[in-house]
Amino acid sequence: MAARDPYEVLGVKKEATEDEIRTAYRKLAKKHHPDLNPGNKEAEARFKEIAVAYDLLSDKDKRARFDRGEIDASGAERPEHAYSRYRGFAEGAPGERYEFHSAEGMAPEDLDDLFAFFGRGQRGGGPGRGGGPVRMRGADLHFALTVDFLTAINGAKQRLQLAPERSLEVTIPAGVRDGQILRLKGQGGAGLNEGPPGDALIEIHVAPHPFFRREGDDIHLELPVTLAEAVLGGKVTVPTPSGPVSMTIPANSNTGRVLRLRGKGAPRPGGDPGDEYVTLRVTLPEGDDAALAAFLRDWAPKHPYDPRRGMAS
Amino acid sequence: MISFEAVIRLVVGLNEAELRHWIAERWVRPESGAEGYVFAEVDVARVQLIHELRYELAIDEEAMPVVLQLLDQVYALRRRLRVALDAIDAQPDEIRAAIRARCGAED
Repeated sequence: MAARDPYEVLGVKKEATEDEIRTAYRKLAKKHHPDLNPGNKEAEARFKEIAVAYDLLSDKDKRARFDRGEIDASGAERPEHAYSRYRGFAEGAPGERYEFHSAEGMAPEDLDDLFAFFGRGQRGGGPGRGGGPVRMRGADLHFALTVDFLTAINGAKQRLQLAPERSLEVTIPAGVRDGQILRLKGQGGAGLNEGPPGDALIEIHVAPHPFFRREGDDIHLELPVTLAEAVLGGKVTVPTPSGPVSMTIPANSNTGRVLRLRGKGAPRPGGDPGDEYVTLRVTLPEGDDAALAAFLRDWAPKHPYDPRRGMAS
Repeated sequence: MISFEAVIRLVVGLNEAELRHWIAERWVRPESGAEGYVFAEVDVARVQLIHELRYELAIDEEAMPVVLQLLDQVYALRRRLRVALDAIDAQPDEIRAAIRARCGAED
């Protein structure tokens, strides 16, 4: 198939500027991008043509060669323009991950009201509509639930409002992860003609914490320590998701030193819990301290050091 | 399963800070694994799509959530529609004919 003239495809003149070409491309691409036109084969074919034309005309060198007639519009030497193939996934089960987009937390899936039509006519179906009653499983309903950081680690029961007049108590299992989906059997839409009800699928969003950070099942925490604690060592109280614990800081601990509190991370189903990693950050006293300044002025380090020696070029 | 670094390599022109930002905005939702984020194919395709929307189609940061939300709704509808069509397909001929007639009549 001979490719159409790229100027014609983009609807621009031979002498169009780069900007004009880009603008024309954007306008057409917005209209025909396959991911924005799921199920529309024509849009896909059109987009490919547009992309090929733009690949050619947006490349100064190729455009010049095309203008001189050295290469043709099909540009056989050019790899095909790569574009996202999101819809291939989004149309199937993997796309369910992006079912809702609400950051607010609960977003009752309003699509399901469309499918409530399955429930209609249960009584009124009557004779003459052909065949016996069709039994059908109810639709799965999708919800999002935002839980706070510590709830996700320690577990809790939380109420989820499914509809104005219907709420449900959800058991948040300890250690639940952001994005995890809880399935509540039989809590979804009603079945048709005594078909079983669907399930409620609840996507958990975990809110961030002001000072804990979670990586897998481990918790990370940056712990400010005083100059004296860093140099002399000592016992300090450290917050963990299950409550404060006492930790010994070894003498001469610098900023960045990481201490591990075993088992103080998130619980892991069927395994040992994660750990908490505490990264020390040495913090100077606030405000002027004449005594400290005087001490440092007179202080001759036993081991003189240059912390930036690795940076010398 | 694909790592954060691999996604940066796969999507030409994508930088790390930007991908982190998209994740923070929940435009992309990879799972968190022990070694950091874990991307499924759908996530990578979505990153590619957002990158295209952002740079090829010049959709700005402000408009992006609106575009993605509408897109998510379209795909959710299409997934459900497919389920509904499959269910209709599994019905006896006369029911399918009745549904066809009804849909045609209401067009």
